[in-house]
Amino acid sequence: MTRSEYVAEFLQFLFSGLTSGSIYALAALGFAIIFNASGVINFAQGEFIMLGGMVSVFLAAAGLALPLAILGAVLVAVVAGVLIDKVAIEPARDAEVVTLIIITIGASILIQGLAQVIFGKGQHALQPFSGDTPLAIGGASLLPQSLWVMAVSALVVVVLWVFFNRTRFGKAMLASSYNRLGAQLVGIDTRRVWLVAFALSGALGAIAGALAAPITMTSYDAGLMLGLKGFVAATLGGLGSGAGAVAGGLILGLAEAMTAGYISSAYKDAVPFVLILLVLFFLPRGIFGSRAVDRV
Amino acid sequence: MLELNGIAKRFGGVQALAGIDYAVSAGRVHSVIGPNGAGKTTLFNVITGVYRPSEGTVKLHGEVVSGRSPDQLARRGVARTFQNLQVCHHMNALENVMVGAHLRLSQRLLPALFHFPGLRRADGTCRDEAMELMRFVGVHEYALRLAEALPYGVLKRLEIARALALKPKLLFLDEPAAGLNPTEKGAMRELIRDIAASGVTVVLVEHDMKLVMGVSDHVLVLDYGRKLAEGTAEEVRANPAVVAAYLGAGATGATLQ
Amino acid sequence: MTSRWKALLALAALLVVLPWLLPNTYVLDVVNRIGINAIAVIGLNLVMGYAGQVSLGHAGFFGLGAYTSAILTARYGWPPLVAMGAGMVGTGLLAFAVARPILRLRGHYLAMATLGLGIIVSIVITNESAWTGGPDGMPVDALNVAGWAPTGEFQWYWIIAACLWLAAWFAGNLVDSPVGRALRALHGSEAAAQSVGVDVARYKARVFTISAVFASFAGSLFAHYVGFITPQVASFLHSIELVTMVVVGGMASVHGSVFGAALLTALPQLLAEFEGWEMVVFGALLILVMVLLPRGLVPTILRRLRHA
Repeated sequence: MTRSEYVAEFLQFLFSGLTSGSIYALAALGFAIIFNASGVINFAQGEFIMLGGMVSVFLAAAGLALPLAILGAVLVAVVAGVLIDKVAIEPARDAEVVTLIIITIGASILIQGLAQVIFGKGQHALQPFSGDTPLAIGGASLLPQSLWVMAVSALVVVVLWVFFNRTRFGKAMLASSYNRLGAQLVGIDTRRVWLVAFALSGALGAIAGALAAPITMTSYDAGLMLGLKGFVAATLGGLGSGAGAVAGGLILGLAEAMTAGYISSAYKDAVPFVLILLVLFFLPRGIFGSRAVDRV
Repeated sequence: MLELNGIAKRFGGVQALAGIDYAVSAGRVHSVIGPNGAGKTTLFNVITGVYRPSEGTVKLHGEVVSGRSPDQLARRGVARTFQNLQVCHHMNALENVMVGAHLRLSQRLLPALFHFPGLRRADGTCRDEAMELMRFVGVHEYALRLAEALPYGVLKRLEIARALALKPKLLFLDEPAAGLNPTEKGAMRELIRDIAASGVTVVLVEHDMKLVMGVSDHVLVLDYGRKLAEGTAEEVRANPAVVAAYLGAGATGATLQ
Repeated sequence: MTSRWKALLALAALLVVLPWLLPNTYVLDVVNRIGINAIAVIGLNLVMGYAGQVSLGHAGFFGLGAYTSAILTARYGWPPLVAMGAGMVGTGLLAFAVARPILRLRGHYLAMATLGLGIIVSIVITNESAWTGGPDGMPVDALNVAGWAPTGEFQWYWIIAACLWLAAWFAGNLVDSPVGRALRALHGSEAAAQSVGVDVARYKARVFTISAVFASFAGSLFAHYVGFITPQVASFLHSIELVTMVVVGGMASVHGSVFGAALLTALPQLLAEFEGWEMVVFGALLILVMVLLPRGLVPTILRRLRHA
């Protein structure tokens, strides 16, 4: 291969990594927002992503314009998030970590089952937002949908940053993640914080799902792997850190794409889990996490 | 038997202990006192292996043990209780005490999986001894109750029984009288005397001066992580620096009398 | 007689009577699958219920057992029992090797690490198709004990029932021993356990290893019983099923494990004709039990009975 072919190949892997990395980053942000607000790891986060893709596909197939279909999907995921919080999490909010993990896994299986009943077992693709003629950049080709994924993800990150740093309620949510009791004392309604966190994560997941659906195809069980990888990305970033989640997602996407390209595409899906085990073995609190000391 | 040289402990920028020299001699009751935040519990945690000291060494019978884990110290005959109760709530009181005899029982897996007769016999003996200890600390009537259902005062004694089940040479009691009513405090003082009389060296952290002055052969006073004074109860009580620290802290000066 | 022996005798009585009450071999087959799952669940409960450490990757150990048996018998002609033993030893060694770094972690980090371990095993099984047949799975030789090979659900039933009873006996013995007390103590308070000499890291590693060996054994049994395995046996969803059986049946309850395995193995069979609904019911049940009866069904029922 010539030098420019090497460059083209690398660019191809880079584009692919950034695209999937953006999706993982959105998934990881969903985990981080809920974890910050409530201390819960929401294993149903992947289902929000699945809902985003599947509901968009079916609403579009039913004749709705694409933007409306996606909006509908976001609404469905938001409702799902709110229901999970109200029905399953709030009544058990003081339970042990294991219990809360199982509850959200239950919610995840429930949503998957419903999706299978309603949508069937088939694989579906959403139409790309703006055609599927690839752009040629430096010898590599980039799908317009990939640009949509990266641009919308970047926009979402900016909007979230503004929400958490510039709005009253966003700041209140952050405050309650640092000190729940303190937040209650100054009059922040933590139950509302939880609710908003679940709704927001639902919306984030659905947006990620709709963005990815034209590229990766989607099915009732597509949320499982995406959710788990989002959890890996969030853990990599040190659970609860927003910037860490985004960085974790991008690192995962790139590591996966480079492994698939240069080493073995069969083991692409194993990359996040090998990576997270190594990180946890050597840095038990994630890359960006802090150390906690037990008090006796 | 226990010797601390130049012990310091920092958490981030906070100096919890600085330059502590301290010796515990066998067969006596030692107390560590001082205002809140003086570093008493931190000192216990350093000695019992929960924390590694930032500087200095802890020697037990001449062997350097600082940096060893709590279970390794337990192997060397060091037992303790906790200021914030550490009881296993889903086990009954007797089992909580039997855990204390852990090191004297077989820890091998095969006998455990097959319940070899030898193991069953040893466990039966351990059960009897645990029952005896519960009687000694006065909580035997609760033996088969789940720990989560027991009152605070009982749990405090249960922790002492568990520590004694280790057959320790050195016993650390972290605020044994905290939260007890005056009658219970009196009983606790008797219990501590009995434990000391049975040949166990006792070190306690305590706020209740009456208890401290009543049982201690030796008192160490800490203030802001430093050693303020040490000596017999009378010497410490007469020490102007100690009185100043307590009165200065505005707290329990009266109880020194 | 202790209450534990009463419970073990009750289990034995149930196991002896049960096959004569079942209407047909289809139900007997479901019961056999329940028994195999229950063995793995009893092992997992030692880690989760007694020692208080979550594992979301136990199907990985189940899969390792299943595939070790399958590969060593079918591809290398090993006797099934030897292959089974090799699977248990190999899985145990792997579990022991990773236990210390993994079980240093707590809460969500521990969940993440065990989950990752299980998924890596399942991905390896799926990808190494030269050995494992890949996603399509592979056939497994029949079980053969010194020339005798069990045929039919009924003969298999007695093998599985005996193994299940032994698993319950072993687990009960362990829990009711100094080792088990140390495990339960470190669940209650690591600080307290350490203060009386329990080497917490060592004990966590031991119980994790033991439970991995239980899972591996169950996997081998499953492989020979069904005669055909796919990477599904090692999948994340199977790990979740095992965890669900533990928590629905009841944490820290050997008999809860059997009950949880029975309920959650039978349920999908009952709902099999309503495609998709079995997942809905499964998920809803998980949420309901965890919200309303966080101790699990069997301990809650026993508690009610005792207080009634």
